[in-house]
Amino acid sequence: MHNIIEATGLVKRYGDVVALDGLDLSVREGSIVALLGPNGAGKTTAVSILTTLIEPDEGAATVAGVDVLKNPAEVRKLIGLSGQYAAVDEHLTGFENLDMIGRLYRLGRKRSITRARELLERFDLNDAADRPVKTYSGGMRRRLDLAGALVAESPVLFLDEPTTGLDLPSRQELWRIIRDLVGRGATLLLTTQYLEEADRLADDVLVIDNGKAIAQGTTDELKDLVGGERIEVKVTEPDFLPAACRVLGRVAVGELQDDERPRVIVAPVSGGAPILARVLADLQNEGIEVSDVVLRRPTLDDVFLVLTGNATRPGEDRDPAVPARGKS
Amino acid sequence: MNFLHALNDGMVIAKRNLIKIKRVPDILVFVLLSPIMFVLLFAYVFGSAIQIPGGSYREFLMAGIFAQTVVFGATFTGAGLADDMQKGIIDRFRSLPMSRAAVVLGRTASDVIYNVLTLTIMALTGLLVGWRIRGSVVDAVTGFALLLLFAYSISWMMALVGLIVPSVEVLNNASFMVIFPITFIANTFVPSENLPTVLRVFAEWNPVSSLAHATRTLFGNIPPGTPAPDVWPLRNPVIYSVIWAGIIIAVFAPLAVRRYTKAARKS
Repeated sequence: MHNIIEATGLVKRYGDVVALDGLDLSVREGSIVALLGPNGAGKTTAVSILTTLIEPDEGAATVAGVDVLKNPAEVRKLIGLSGQYAAVDEHLTGFENLDMIGRLYRLGRKRSITRARELLERFDLNDAADRPVKTYSGGMRRRLDLAGALVAESPVLFLDEPTTGLDLPSRQELWRIIRDLVGRGATLLLTTQYLEEADRLADDVLVIDNGKAIAQGTTDELKDLVGGERIEVKVTEPDFLPAACRVLGRVAVGELQDDERPRVIVAPVSGGAPILARVLADLQNEGIEVSDVVLRRPTLDDVFLVLTGNATRPGEDRDPAVPARGKS
Repeated sequence: MNFLHALNDGMVIAKRNLIKIKRVPDILVFVLLSPIMFVLLFAYVFGSAIQIPGGSYREFLMAGIFAQTVVFGATFTGAGLADDMQKGIIDRFRSLPMSRAAVVLGRTASDVIYNVLTLTIMALTGLLVGWRIRGSVVDAVTGFALLLLFAYSISWMMALVGLIVPSVEVLNNASFMVIFPITFIANTFVPSENLPTVLRVFAEWNPVSSLAHATRTLFGNIPPGTPAPDVWPLRNPVIYSVIWAGIIIAVFAPLAVRRYTKAARKS
């Protein structure tokens, strides 16, 4: 097994803020790895170091055996990057953007043009190819940005939060594209705040928080760690909480969590709908009045709860419709 | 080899910048309107109050406006780079195996085209209000070339500023603080002989003065019988301007490229 990306002890500080606090990372050749973590966890900083945009304060990294710090120019020939903020030029057309990137990879005039047309076709942007990017929707911009990372058919690809800020249909469309087009033969490191995204795309997931890796494994391993599903119960009166905890305690496969939101208890369960039916029956039998009961898949919050024992830091923007700006 | 790469990549970037001018005609309109406005304002407002012994103020004025406008125009270089930084496209460029000098090289190069447009419009407006080139064609071409060279050097200075400041707005404000004094404490709009001593010495050694004086001389806009200036920069204005342009490029080009290499996205 050959590691095509290898990083050890990466540290990066911005003044008093420690963005990376000794991050270790290894990615097997040909695999798709997701860096999963909330805003400010250090995901973008890690990608920026591996793609030679910034230098770490400490630590070392290689991409395809080339030292990122000693030979950044060589690394740039081997990578494709698609950034968090859809870095395409909005005054150029889709074609002009990709053609420009091709020439800057020094593919030559002819090859740049063919490659640009090819990618526009594959990314379903043919009709918009000769329109300025300004007129594109958010999803179209992301697709173009992604296409930009593929222009040179680089062996190692980095996608920094490829779907943050997109609505669900655009996100699903992008997932399809990443699975179908990106994952072919190339090694892919992507960052995401969404467990579901990591689940859909990645072979391996590295969970990071506060600039450190806190868990690594396949998506199945991670899910086992977190438990399959969650039942969430909201009672009408705080007085019902102890009884409701007893009911949920009988079916929970891990620790109950009842201090996050008032009158809400969350229980990790496995078994789906039948378990939910049992919980509903029990709640009724014991005379517990509930205002809301939900069966749901684990979220990033759940992963964090299990891994860190803490809820993700308060005040963080978790709304996918509003991409928070900032170093992460 | 490296140099050829830089040149090739720089041209790709320059082409991209020029496409933007084509796509956003508003930019062009303002770039072209403001010199017209300057010529008309100064020609008619100042022109009615300022007397030039033995000559016409409008003739005297044009070289000054040319010099001032191209120096001002360099802020455009900085603004373009600050904008690219803000929008994150610099990150994409920096992740590509392209020359580290290309983005700044391309930007300063496309701004030369910009200045050519500006100078053309200004010259035409000048001709309309009565300005004439009274020297030889070679001298006139030399005059315009000198303006472009000097503007090119200031472009590199502004490129560095554009890569440092956090936003386009800061760039505009910061550069006005510098550009207003250096273009006004000069012989651009008024003869510098009668300024108070400190300002006069500054004006005499100010390269913007020598640039204005050089173009004024090359365009044949110095009234006959005007006494020759007695300071070296104004007696050798072409050489003095070229030396300054050379020094500015030699200092700021490496600094700007270095800054680009180290630049991280501002958020």
